[in-house]
Amino acid sequence: MKLITAVIKPHKLNDVKDALKAIGVQGLSVEEIKGFGRQGGHTELYRGAEYHIDLIPKVRIDVVIDADRVQEVVDCIVEAARTGKIGDGKVWITPVEQLVRIRTGELDADAV
Amino acid sequence: MPEVPIDAGNTAWMLISTALVLFMTPGLAFFYGGMVRSKNVLGMLMQNFFAMGILGILWALIVFSLAFGKFGDGGWIGNMDFFAMEDVTQKGAILGQGTWVAGGAGLTLTIPLILFCAYQMTFAIITPALITGSTADRMKFRAYVVFISAWLILVYAPVAHWVFAGGWLAKLGALDFAGGAVVHINAGAAALALCILLGKRKGWPETPMHPHSLPWTMIGTGILWFGWAGFNAGSALAADGIAAQALFNTFTAASAAMIGWVIVETMKDGKPTTLGAASGAVAGLVAITPCAGFVGGMSGILIGLVTGGVCFLALGLKHRFGFDDSLDVVGVHLVGGLLGSILLGFFATTKVNAGGFDGLFAGGGTDLLLHQVIASFVTLAFSFAVSFAIGKVIDLTIGLRVSEEDEEIGLDLSQHAETAYAS
Repeated sequence: MKLITAVIKPHKLNDVKDALKAIGVQGLSVEEIKGFGRQGGHTELYRGAEYHIDLIPKVRIDVVIDADRVQEVVDCIVEAARTGKIGDGKVWITPVEQLVRIRTGELDADAV
Repeated sequence: MPEVPIDAGNTAWMLISTALVLFMTPGLAFFYGGMVRSKNVLGMLMQNFFAMGILGILWALIVFSLAFGKFGDGGWIGNMDFFAMEDVTQKGAILGQGTWVAGGAGLTLTIPLILFCAYQMTFAIITPALITGSTADRMKFRAYVVFISAWLILVYAPVAHWVFAGGWLAKLGALDFAGGAVVHINAGAAALALCILLGKRKGWPETPMHPHSLPWTMIGTGILWFGWAGFNAGSALAADGIAAQALFNTFTAASAAMIGWVIVETMKDGKPTTLGAASGAVAGLVAITPCAGFVGGMSGILIGLVTGGVCFLALGLKHRFGFDDSLDVVGVHLVGGLLGSILLGFFATTKVNAGGFDGLFAGGGTDLLLHQVIASFVTLAFSFAVSFAIGKVIDLTIGLRVSEEDEEIGLDLSQHAETAYAS
């Protein structure tokens, strides 16, 4: 079992979600977050005063998936989330020890 | 006080104007409320709304009398003739008959005197409320209430008397159609005094303190613009051609000032902002206020255009001199009020209003210009000095500023035990 975490541009969320559904991913969770990477922040102007905003809005997606489908899911996210401009985000993979479906008590691959 | 019959058309217009001007104070609350951080928004709204509470009562009790008693005496302050609404009748009246006003004929009101009192009350409410923009995020609510109450009596009443009630500045020959000096220079100077006394907000200017809801600010701007029709066109005190001229000048000056502000802003910073468009419109409304019923042709548009650009550049004053005029009351109201009052010395023409004077461009020479400069700077100096003194006394007794911890928590929770937005 693997946990795939992707931090993407907020406006690409629908594309990523639809692409993952299309390849049969059964579930994911999404959170609105703020952060910075190489893109840095942006500048806002209020009555001539410049404010530098370091932390900018991103969306984080978590998907837990069977280990043999990891590459397919990662490729799918990367393809759907890419704009080619700085700030497209990152995807990383972490091992998951166990997965339990609360309703039935099923484990791991059965619980995905 | 001689009675005159009331005119139904004039009375209808002035009833509407009174409601329009009152609506500007909630408009101002939203204009400012959108610009503060979300932890201080109720504090800002409460200060503005509470002005409609306390100042209306003070007006009825004593301030109308102090401002408009002894109308046309060419003096410094009214008297107690109208104390507690004594003799403020439902009939039309002639104020200041036998004085210098209109060659001894006085000001003929063809609306009920009680309506004139109500109309002027709405000015007395919004003027102190304008100050809240400079003191944002850090003034104790109690200190605020004491300040605006004392200010209405000690600053607003005399200045209104000098200018609106045939006092010494009016007799000198200075013009102020709807309150460039009485409202905007007056409030702007007080705002400067108070923000110097209070000191900077914690973290200003290093920490970003950007507006929490510009949509609110835009709504507030719309309400102010709408209400300003009553403010300026209502100052004709009649439903006549001068009122129509004032209305037209008011709206087109706001349009031109928005354009002026946004052009200069875009040239300097690269982007036209919504806050800039809103601020420019308000600056134009401020500048046209003294001029509205005295200028014609393209004058209103020219005044607006200049004001928009100059007021944008005036925002830099607070950074240069280091006073935290949080929402730019000085840059918009003091500078806008000064510009309008002084430009009137150039653009005024008796072709538009026979009750006014000709300015420099209308062949009237420099007399009016000189009187406008005197009226502007006397008002500025008087308001600054007395406001500073009132503020200092409050600071030494109950304290002007909230504690550092309360400022950190925000005025909503620390002053009013509420929060604006559920979290």
